[in-house]
Amino acid sequence: MRPGFVAVALLVLKKDLAIEFKSREIVYTTLFFAVACVMIFSFAFVMEQGVPVEGAAAGILWIAVAFSGTLALGRTFERERYSETLRALLLAPASRPAVYAGKLLGMILMMTATEIVLTPLVAFFFHAPFFARPLLLAALLGLGTIGFASVGTLFAAMLVRTRTRDVLLPILLYPVTIPVIIAGVRGTAALLQSPPEEPVATLWIGLLTAFDVVFLTLALWTFEPLMTE
Amino acid sequence: MIDFHDVRLVDVSRHFGRRRAVSHVSLTAASGDIIGLLGPNGAGKSTIIGMFATLVAPTSGAVTYGGQPARVLGGELRASIGLLAHELYLYPELTARQNLAFFARLYGLQPSAAVGPALSAAGLADRADDEVASFSRGMRQRLALERALLHRPRLVLMDEPFTGLDDAATEVVRARLHALSADGAIVVLATHDLDLADGLVTRVAVVRSGRLVADEPAAPGLRARYRSMVGN
Repeated sequence: MRPGFVAVALLVLKKDLAIEFKSREIVYTTLFFAVACVMIFSFAFVMEQGVPVEGAAAGILWIAVAFSGTLALGRTFERERYSETLRALLLAPASRPAVYAGKLLGMILMMTATEIVLTPLVAFFFHAPFFARPLLLAALLGLGTIGFASVGTLFAAMLVRTRTRDVLLPILLYPVTIPVIIAGVRGTAALLQSPPEEPVATLWIGLLTAFDVVFLTLALWTFEPLMTE
Repeated sequence: MIDFHDVRLVDVSRHFGRRRAVSHVSLTAASGDIIGLLGPNGAGKSTIIGMFATLVAPTSGAVTYGGQPARVLGGELRASIGLLAHELYLYPELTARQNLAFFARLYGLQPSAAVGPALSAAGLADRADDEVASFSRGMRQRLALERALLHRPRLVLMDEPFTGLDDAATEVVRARLHALSADGAIVVLATHDLDLADGLVTRVAVVRSGRLVADEPAAPGLRARYRSMVGN
């Protein structure tokens, strides 16, 4: 019996995790890059007395998430380019949007792993009370990650056979995901206020949910036609 | 799996920007045929294979499977197509067994039933748990062939399947293609190795600069015929 949508997506995810478990290439490079990013910002923005520039933490967290996410996207699809395995996935009788969903799940897991390391690191260096409202912060990061990864996975798949893919990916990705980044930064900044501005953060969470619905729907809808040469 | 007894390219063209990769090609492949798609590098053979495989959409014209276009048959059509391309469609980080099991599941097959025979057919049963990255080109090619045939496709598309194979493995692949043809599969084989095609293919389709310049039954003296059509 032919596997259904969820089974195909999980199959692709499991395969990506098995490869990553063996090579650990993406998780190490992404983590190293993200931590290096935060360290550089901390050298730039933390003053001599150890007092960071006010309000910088939210932006730095999201910049590190976006940059490291872009790196992970490129590397994930570089694997599918080598030996053209993406074409083998597209040639299978499985639902092509399910293949996209599997790749997206892998990206979300990878970015979440990075965020688990990044968030306490930024909190430490920038004296940011990220964990005052942990559920709201998790919602912002989770929804922002889904929005960023859903667009990024589609673009990275589209560009996989393009010679200039490393340059084109950020050029295409960042302008489209600006609403996600702005919502993430503003929502996180609201949580860092004293006292935390929960209604403002909730508003941005609502907007992020709307962005995710639009981006995910468009990506699932356009993946198949965009991937046919 | 959708069954069909012929595949047709009906006046297909494919342009990539201003470059015409394939121009007004019509070709029919029927059950039991082994069609040798011959031509020099850049003639358009791989694009034609891509169109047969549903991976490349023609700019104009149609590809039909048993008289039906691919868009009517939907994704299930792809379960009837097996493709061995230039690139091997294998994950080098995974073992031979993991690669085959992954594709078996993707095609809705039971890995326990499909993988063992495929590994034996590839002559890799003793290397089943080694990473594909550690294999020679010939071993990878044999494994890729079995990956392409894992689901017993009706339409078998092969782009230079003999690359990297030694004489013994080449003979095994030739015997495999004869067996597929005898079972009623439609085999389309793109190659520029005329010696290997001679005696294997049942029909010859010669492509030059994106155009089909010959479509005729295979006959002895393939090299001489090819040279008269294409030059050296």
